[in-house]
Amino acid sequence: MRGDDVTNNGNTAAKSGNPFKLAGSQLDRVRDWWAKAPGWQRWIVYIGLIVGALILPAPWIGAFMSPYSDWTTVLFFPIGIYILMAIGLNIVVGLAGLLDLGYVAFFAIGSYSLAYFGTQYGWNFWATLSIGIGVTAISGVILGAPTLRLRGDYLAIVTLGFHEIVRITANNTDEIGGARGITNIPHPPDMFGTEFLFDPAPYYYLILATIVLVIIFSRRLEISRVGRSWAAIREDEDAAELMGVPTFRFKLLAFAIGAMIGGLAGAVWASQANFIAPTSFPFILSATILVAVVLGGSGNLPGVMLGAFLIAWLPERFRGLAEYRILFFGAALVLLMALRPEGLLPSRRRRAELAEGTGGMGSMGAEVAGPTSDPDVEVSSK
Amino acid sequence: MTEPNQAPALLELANLTMAFGGVVAMNEVDLTVREGEIYALIGPNGAGKTTTFNVVTGVYRPTTGEVRFAGQRIDGMKRFRVTKTGIARTFQNIRLFHNMSALENVMVGLDAHHRTGALGAVFGMPWHYREERRGRERALELLDFVGISGRADETAKNLPYGDQRRLEIARALGTDPRLLLLDEPAAGMNPAEKQSLQELIRRIRDDGRTVLLIEHDMGLVMHISDRVAVLDFGQLIAEGTPREVQNNPKVIEAYLGAEADAS
Repeated sequence: MRGDDVTNNGNTAAKSGNPFKLAGSQLDRVRDWWAKAPGWQRWIVYIGLIVGALILPAPWIGAFMSPYSDWTTVLFFPIGIYILMAIGLNIVVGLAGLLDLGYVAFFAIGSYSLAYFGTQYGWNFWATLSIGIGVTAISGVILGAPTLRLRGDYLAIVTLGFHEIVRITANNTDEIGGARGITNIPHPPDMFGTEFLFDPAPYYYLILATIVLVIIFSRRLEISRVGRSWAAIREDEDAAELMGVPTFRFKLLAFAIGAMIGGLAGAVWASQANFIAPTSFPFILSATILVAVVLGGSGNLPGVMLGAFLIAWLPERFRGLAEYRILFFGAALVLLMALRPEGLLPSRRRRAELAEGTGGMGSMGAEVAGPTSDPDVEVSSK
Repeated sequence: MTEPNQAPALLELANLTMAFGGVVAMNEVDLTVREGEIYALIGPNGAGKTTTFNVVTGVYRPTTGEVRFAGQRIDGMKRFRVTKTGIARTFQNIRLFHNMSALENVMVGLDAHHRTGALGAVFGMPWHYREERRGRERALELLDFVGISGRADETAKNLPYGDQRRLEIARALGTDPRLLLLDEPAAGMNPAEKQSLQELIRRIRDDGRTVLLIEHDMGLVMHISDRVAVLDFGQLIAEGTPREVQNNPKVIEAYLGAEADAS
């Protein structure tokens, strides 16, 4: 980031003088180029990214990226897991516009499902993974069904409470190990002649494949009727309902899908971690993933992935600064949010919505009421 | 207009009262809109016109009384279900999805009758692509129908005011309504725009839809309506052809107040 700022400073700083804004406009330019890029250019980028991801664990990259801890391990957790969770939370927060502060509850439920069924019944990885995803989807519906009638702040509070309920329940249920947690969680079976044991590399490729799949799913949802309905709900829930969108059902769907991806991430993580306990799922993790989504640019897949990557990687990279790294990290977040509140790589639409929220009515003349001012759903007509 | 209204009733409000605490916004209103007509609802500000729309579209549940649509009771029905049974509306204050393109706005309306769910979209089922393709074609047709075909890819909020009103109508038509409710569609339009709006409303009716309209522009109302109902303080004070209503002393009083007595 810093490097970007310095180079941009030279050529165009005269205009605005704010290096952050300039770096931001560069990022916007990248996004706009992408929106217009023809198919073959996109495929080149896709292939480049996949090749890049495959060679990423190489030691010479690790030497620079993670001088203090094992690079491949860092790539699996936190980086890979954070990216996967950010994609899932992006569906809830970025696409459907629902604020979920307890997302890690689903991560925990996925982990516990895999751990419990794997250790108690000895079922294999794929069976327990499927159960984990199923259980989290159901828990998403259980949380969503009574609460999605709430809007905004209230929903956030309820999700926060849900996370606490899950954590405390895990802490007090002996059946799943109570405060001691669950140990000896089975690893995934051998695949393609590779053993899943304590070497992090196979897990990295497993999470990479999972992320690619989830990106495809998420993107397909976004550009379908489902994504359109979410966008409509985000913009004007009442108008959407009156245009025939079953808003409650679609919000519940967003919750369930987001939960499934969180559960998937939790299950994959637990299979590598070998040991889980209630303390593995602190509230701060929910907050961190939310920061990743918002910082990256909620609603835009490359953005939230970039955000998750930075949030996961920066503290590892600067482990040498010991305790101070958290201080610098926090300061960097505050600075970034102050200077580019819409996130690093926001979607064009989300960015416009945020701008409206802060009162920038832009091109909408005085005669056109915004979505918040004097809705028709009012007692008397003018 | 030429023949008397013998078509079957499409929308019926029976003895309908809508009270908010002590405020009675609609008081024992009986109203019947027949299939295929253009029906106007007029009245001074605060007379209960938009409340009527809100009751019909399921935003409010009436305090007492019934709303029937094509013989079926729809009061208390969920709002999106009311839309699916064939009632669509526009809003007095434009409420488009501002940051979506014009085309996407219309497609949200069309989605009311689409069936693709999350699984169909995620696994790229053929019916999903078929619906998307047909939806896109139909949306372009509708944009063309309301006269803004060149604006499909523009963001809704960047459209000129009159086009936003037209886009709202296209979005409502997307849900394929039998009854279209227009809440002050001509507000803020210049005479030329009003003229073409008038033609548009006629074409919508000629397409086999029924139009219920709230409008303050009396010229427009008297010109295109088959029948007119007048609300005042939540009461239905007159109903009939434009000519009948215009000459009704109660209506003159409601609009001109004491001046009517003085003159």
